[in-house]
Amino acid sequence: MSMRTLPLVFINLGGEMLYILDQRLQALNTSEDNSEKVMNGIVGAMFSKDFMDELLKPQQLYSHRTLKTVLTRIAHASIMRLNPASMDRLYELVVMAFKYQIFLCPRPKDLLLITYNHIDTIRELVKDTPVVVNQVGETHRKIIEVYSSLSEGEFQLLRQTLLIFFQDMHVRVSLFLKIQVQNPNGRFALSTSGPVPHGIDVPGLIRTFDGKGREVRRSEFPSGGSYSSSVREGCFELHGDRVIRLGTDMYTVNHPEETHTPKHTFVKTDITPNLLAKEELNLLARLMGSMKAEKEPKAETGFWINLFTTDQEEEEAGASGLAEEPLFEVIHIQAMQDEQVTTELARIAGQFAEEEPPGNLNSSKGDDLLAMMDDL
Amino acid sequence: MYHKEKSIQIKNSASALYNNLGVLRIAPRSLTYFTVVHANVVNMVSASWDGLNYSHRQLQSKEPNVATSTSLIMQAAFCALPSRDLLVVTSQKGIQIYESDGSTMVYWHALDTPDTPTDQAVFARGISAVGNSYICVGDSSGSILVFDVPSKGSNITLSDVLKGHKKSITDIASECSGSQDCIADLISADDGGNLCVWKSGEEFQRFNNIPGFDISCTSVKLWKGTAVAGYGTGQIRLYEAVTGILHAEVNAHARWIYSLDIAPFSGLLLSAAEDSLVRVWHLSIKPESLSVEVAHLHNECVTDTQICGAKFCDGDGHAFAVTGYDLSEIIRYTQS
Repeated sequence: MSMRTLPLVFINLGGEMLYILDQRLQALNTSEDNSEKVMNGIVGAMFSKDFMDELLKPQQLYSHRTLKTVLTRIAHASIMRLNPASMDRLYELVVMAFKYQIFLCPRPKDLLLITYNHIDTIRELVKDTPVVVNQVGETHRKIIEVYSSLSEGEFQLLRQTLLIFFQDMHVRVSLFLKIQVQNPNGRFALSTSGPVPHGIDVPGLIRTFDGKGREVRRSEFPSGGSYSSSVREGCFELHGDRVIRLGTDMYTVNHPEETHTPKHTFVKTDITPNLLAKEELNLLARLMGSMKAEKEPKAETGFWINLFTTDQEEEEAGASGLAEEPLFEVIHIQAMQDEQVTTELARIAGQFAEEEPPGNLNSSKGDDLLAMMDDL
Repeated sequence: MYHKEKSIQIKNSASALYNNLGVLRIAPRSLTYFTVVHANVVNMVSASWDGLNYSHRQLQSKEPNVATSTSLIMQAAFCALPSRDLLVVTSQKGIQIYESDGSTMVYWHALDTPDTPTDQAVFARGISAVGNSYICVGDSSGSILVFDVPSKGSNITLSDVLKGHKKSITDIASECSGSQDCIADLISADDGGNLCVWKSGEEFQRFNNIPGFDISCTSVKLWKGTAVAGYGTGQIRLYEAVTGILHAEVNAHARWIYSLDIAPFSGLLLSAAEDSLVRVWHLSIKPESLSVEVAHLHNECVTDTQICGAKFCDGDGHAFAVTGYDLSEIIRYTQS
């Protein structure tokens, strides 16, 4: 459908990823120096001119597999290393956060305000490194240029494309459950009260006109909700008050966020054979190629972080009685072609973490990144 | 006024697309067919009226070449013509026409897709039967393709391309199928909120253009010469189709309207939106003043759900069905 989803997808998912990493790095008492290096590395990779230019080309939104591969590469464009289990959890978290934002987005064009909220916070995270701040600023300008001319109908198409992409994902996130934006069944809460979006009238009025266009009657009907008139519109410029809160950092509380997932991982049900389309492979190759390659000299040690304590999660999962009803189906797609695809991906993603995670970390069953892709 | 009935479970959840529910009532067999689009698949359910039998089928958007990316379906709708009923499925790649039970594809029309992608999305959307033998389908460029359908068989031909819109078509509707005589029998809507009113025939004539306000008209219906249109502002507007005179304006919903439907025998109107509400209204035409009155009758809230399809299951509006984004069921309501 929409050919303009990729830039918004990466900025928003990448932004959520940075919020989580920032919070975790602080919780793990990482040195300021290392934290800054991680942030600068990731933001530098994400907002590099080449990468953004590739994203800005009109193209379809492909599969979760591709998205996850590129996000992993972005995350590893810094000195930080994530084990596969952490990367899986991270992907689920960022996807659910973005899905929540898209779902509740008041008007389709407010997707831009959500994106700008992410960009604003990212700018703050790297404010001590002018080179990276400039990259972010440049990207922001390009986004404004490209998206300002889109109509509301085109934004709605973009939003619908994203909603279809994130369909059927109901991973429960502790933070969302706690602040009650998500229900225990994994669905997001949709309120029938509060201010209406900018440009929309509060429901409840019927006006009738005569043949000459004069209003002859007004009547009211019960709206079934308690709506109030809209607040002021957010700012779409480089700097300004965005007004809406979606897309701002939700992870300000200092405790680890875990996802509640059953033992089986989510796999999207696909009727069509699970082939990675040729176009998709090409896109992946282009995106990888355009990303700034961070070749760390062997002397400088990168560091591993374990984002989530998988053991504790599994305990919690048992406790909350997740066994009662499967939240998603378990699909194992083992088509012969899958092997060929995995090899292709492995070739393209060649410079993934060559080192194995240290044994004392909770690397789930010692999977390496390539095997992880098999599970997708 | 209405109470909830047992839902029909479907194989996949509904996608967030306008007018995402197709209903076809087959009285001689006491069956109703439902269609719900999920990404690149159409879920079809055939439900017996006694509520005992449900059979499911899935149709996929046909790919000429498997190596290319999957084609998302934009809409699936039934077209009831005097001679036959057909199911039309529109996607990013083209238009497929099936027998109404989804058993056989009788026609495939490929859309022109540019070799290098441009920033304009390419797709077909907006489906309606009109007149005795036409099926009209809109596309992303604003054109409406008119297909001539024989009473039997697969010799469907593209007979005309109507140009009246500059923005992507969102919905098309008709009335006066068969023998009735109407000044205008077809209406089309686009992403700019513009409506075009047409008369079908060997050569389609454009009767009127009702301009919009830059906000999409996502769903449109035609009833007794009145155009009923739902917009992204959550408003419903009623116009006299051939003159464009505004009869009524309703601030109906707090979010984008995704679906409108009219029960032609009773004048009941159904509206559904992303705000999780479905509303039932009554339209009455006052002969003295030739004006249309809108009365609100009923609300249903589908908790935490952005509704994407709502249709009456019969011409009187005795029952209606609803689909929502990420929901794997068709929710039904019946008059108490």
